[in-house]
Amino acid sequence: MSGASMGLWGLPIALAGGALRVSAPYLFVSLGECLTEKSGRINLGQEGTLIMGAMSGYGVSYLSGSAWLGVLAAGAIGMVLGALHAWLCSLPRVNDVAVGIALMLLGIGLAFFLGKPLIQPTAPRLSALELGAWSANASLRTALQINTLLLAGIAAAFAMRSFFRRTRWGLVIRVVGEDANAARAMGYDITRVRFLATAVGGFFAGVGGSFLSLYYPGSWNEGLSSGQGLMAVALVIFARWDPVRCLWASLLFGGASAVGPALQSVGITVGYNLFATAPYVLTLAIMIATSSARRTLAGQPAELTVAR
Amino acid sequence: MSAPAAPWVPPSRHRVPPPLLETESLSKRFGAFRALDRVTIRVEPGSVHALLGENGAGKSTLVKCIMGYHRPDGGRIRLGEREVLPRSPREAQALGIGMVYQHFTLVPNMTVCENLVLSRATLPFVVDWPRERAALTSFLGRMPFQIDLDARVRSLSAGEKQKIEILKQLYLESRIVILDEPTSVLTPAEADDVLTMLHGMARGGEISILIITHKFREVTRYADEVTVLRRGRAVGRGRVGELTTGAMAEMMMGAAVPSESRAPARAALGEVRLRVTGMEANDDAGVPALRDVGFEVRAGEIVGVAAIAGNGQEELVEVLAGQRPRESGSVVVSGEEFTATRDQMRLRRVRCLPEEPLRNACVATMSVAENMAFRAFDEPAHTVMGVFVSSKTIRRAAERMVTDYGIRAPSIESPIGQLSGGNVQRSVLARELHGEVDVLIAANPCMGLDFAAVAEIHERIRATRDRGAAVLLVSADLDEILALATRILVMSEGRIVYETPVETAEPAVLGRYMAGHA
Repeated sequence: MSGASMGLWGLPIALAGGALRVSAPYLFVSLGECLTEKSGRINLGQEGTLIMGAMSGYGVSYLSGSAWLGVLAAGAIGMVLGALHAWLCSLPRVNDVAVGIALMLLGIGLAFFLGKPLIQPTAPRLSALELGAWSANASLRTALQINTLLLAGIAAAFAMRSFFRRTRWGLVIRVVGEDANAARAMGYDITRVRFLATAVGGFFAGVGGSFLSLYYPGSWNEGLSSGQGLMAVALVIFARWDPVRCLWASLLFGGASAVGPALQSVGITVGYNLFATAPYVLTLAIMIATSSARRTLAGQPAELTVAR
Repeated sequence: MSAPAAPWVPPSRHRVPPPLLETESLSKRFGAFRALDRVTIRVEPGSVHALLGENGAGKSTLVKCIMGYHRPDGGRIRLGEREVLPRSPREAQALGIGMVYQHFTLVPNMTVCENLVLSRATLPFVVDWPRERAALTSFLGRMPFQIDLDARVRSLSAGEKQKIEILKQLYLESRIVILDEPTSVLTPAEADDVLTMLHGMARGGEISILIITHKFREVTRYADEVTVLRRGRAVGRGRVGELTTGAMAEMMMGAAVPSESRAPARAALGEVRLRVTGMEANDDAGVPALRDVGFEVRAGEIVGVAAIAGNGQEELVEVLAGQRPRESGSVVVSGEEFTATRDQMRLRRVRCLPEEPLRNACVATMSVAENMAFRAFDEPAHTVMGVFVSSKTIRRAAERMVTDYGIRAPSIESPIGQLSGGNVQRSVLARELHGEVDVLIAANPCMGLDFAAVAEIHERIRATRDRGAAVLLVSADLDEILALATRILVMSEGRIVYETPVETAEPAVLGRYMAGHA
C-alpha cells in the first residue's frame, strides 16, 4: 500500500483523514443536541433521529436522483422527530429522558422496517471536494477529500456560537435553559422556545444521518450508526455546551473512530476490533474524567433535568 | 459598591412626576377562597407606600392583580386618569409598572450586562454589544453605585443582585415600582442601603414605590404611607408618622401581639454535646465553602449561627446532617466521633430541622404518616418479624403526633406536599423532636411561616433546649437568633469571624461582621 511506503507519516495522515470523514455525524448531532440542551431539555432520541435521517436521506436520494435532496429530506424527518419529542415533553408530567429513549428505539425500529428495500439499490452519493489535488501523494489526497456537508457543519458551529452570544433568539434560548422562572417573568413562552430548539436540534441530527448513508460509509444498512447519536450526547457534555468546542470534540471522536482503519492502512492489522472500540472507551473516559459527585459542571444549563 | 451615607437624590430625568396608582374595591377569588375582598389602595406620586400583612393576607394577590398575573373578579385599577387592566407582566411593564420579586429573576449564569439588556421588551435580532454597553455605562453613571457589567450574576452578593433588580426597573423606565419583600435576603446594612436608595428615588420624583413587607422597622423608617391587609381585606391605612408599630401589628394580627422575650431562661449549661473542629468542606462547584470551622455546643444552650446566604452555613448544616462530605476536621457528639450516618444519628440522638423541609426532610408525594415515620419505621416498634413494616403502628404514631403538634392535614394519608408550609414544618418538628434529643440542628426553621407558626416553633425549640438538648440554630433572620440563642456565632466566607453571648450582642456589630467588613 502507498500508506505503508510513507512509513511513519502515513499514520497521522490516515488518522487526520479518518477524523475528517468520520466526525461529521458527531458534529451535526452534537450541534443539534447542544441547541436542544441549551433550551433546558435533553433529547436522547438523537440516535433514532440519526438513523431515520440516514435511511430517509438514502431513500430520497435514490428515488429523486439528487443526494442533496436526500440531505434535506433527512433534515426534515429529523425535524419531525424533534418536534414529536418536544410535543410529548410539553405534556404535563412527562420526563424528557424517558421520551428520548422511547423515541430512540422507535426511530431505529422504524428505520430498519422502512429501510429494508433500500439495502440493495445504490443511491447517488454526495461528492467530495478534492482539496488534496495539488499533492502527488495518494494517501494525502484521500485524506483531504472533504465533503461540503462537513464544511457546512464547521461553519454552523461558529455561527451557532455567535447565535447564542449575539442574537435575540440565542439569548432567549439561553435564558429558558438557565432559569425558566426568569424567562417566564420576562414573558417568554418556555414551551414554544423548547419546541423550536428541539425541532431544529432534530434537523441537525437528521442531516448528520444523511452524511452516514450518502457519504461515509455511504450506503444504507442496519449497522450504520453504532451509537454515534448517543455518543454525541456525551460529547456535548465534554464540550461544555459550546458549539465550537463541539467541533473540536467531534474531530477528537472522529479521530478515535479512525484509529483502527488508520492502523490497518499502514499495515497493522493486529487488534483491529480492539481499536474499533476506541470511541466508546473515549466516551467512558471522558465521562469519568469530567464528572464529579461533589461538583456541578461548569456551563451546564441549569434547567436540564439531570442538573436539577 | 460602597453605600452612600446621605439619601441619594437622582438627577431628575423625568420632568413629569410618576402617575397616581389606585385600586378601587379590587376583589379576587380562588375557588371558594376570597383572596382579595374589595381592597382599595392609593399610591401617591413620588411616595413610598408600604403594604403590611401576614402570610396569606392577600398582599401578593393584590400586586399580582396589578401586574397582570391574575385577572381581578371585581373592582378597578387606575393609573393617573386612565383605567387600566394589564393582562400580563409585559403589559404592566409597558404601562410603566414594574415589579421586583422576592426571589431574583436574574439569570445566574449570565452577565449583568446580558441580564439588563435581555430584560427589555424589545430586542433587536442581532444585539450590538458595544453599543449596548456604552448605553448601559452612561445609564449606570447616573446611578448611585457602580457595578461590573461583565460580572456573572452568580458571583454577586444578595444585596448587589437586589440592587440590579431595582436598577433594571429604572433601566426599563418604570415609573411605579412594586417590591415584594425586597430585603428578606439582605443583611441589615444592605437592606438600609437599598431602601435608602429607593427612598431617594421616590423623593426625587423619579418613581412611586409600593413595597410589601412585614418588617415594621422598614415601614417606620422608609415609608410615607401604609395599608394593612388581613384575610384579604384592607383593615387599616394611614400616614406612617401617625401610626405606632403596636397599632399596625394589632391591625395585622387582629389581636394583641405576643411579645417574644429576648432573655432566655438560663438553665445551667451541661456537658459539651457537639464539638466541631477544623472542619473544611467544598460547595457544589468544588470551591472551599467551610474553612477551619470550629465551635462547641453544650447541653441546655442554643448557639445561633448568623450569616448571609452563601457564606458557608448551608454547607455546615449539610455536613452535620450527612448530606455533604467533609474534606477534613472532626465532629464529636457526646464525646464520640460522629459521621452522620442514620445509625449514628439514632445512637447519638442527633436530630435535624433542615431549611426548606419539603425538599430536605420530606418526600412530598409520600403520605404524612409515612413522612413522620422516616426516623423510626425500621425500629422494632414498627416492624413485624423484623422485616415487614407495620402500617398500623405507623398510622397510630402519626395520629398521636398530629394531635400533639396541632397539625392541620386533610388526613394522615394525604401526600405531605399538599400541606401548607407551617404544617409541613410542624410535621418535621414532630418527627424530629419525638423522643429524647441530645443535639438539634435547625436551619432557618421559620422561613416563610406566619407569626403564629413562628411563635409556636420558637417555643418548641426553647422547650427542647430546656429538656437538656444542645441546639445549633442557623438562621438568616437576626431577630430570630436574638430571640432564641444563648450565644451567637457569625459566619462570613466560610469562617466563624465573631462570637458573643446574646446579652452583649449588638445587631449593628453582627451585621458588620456578617457583611464581612468588621
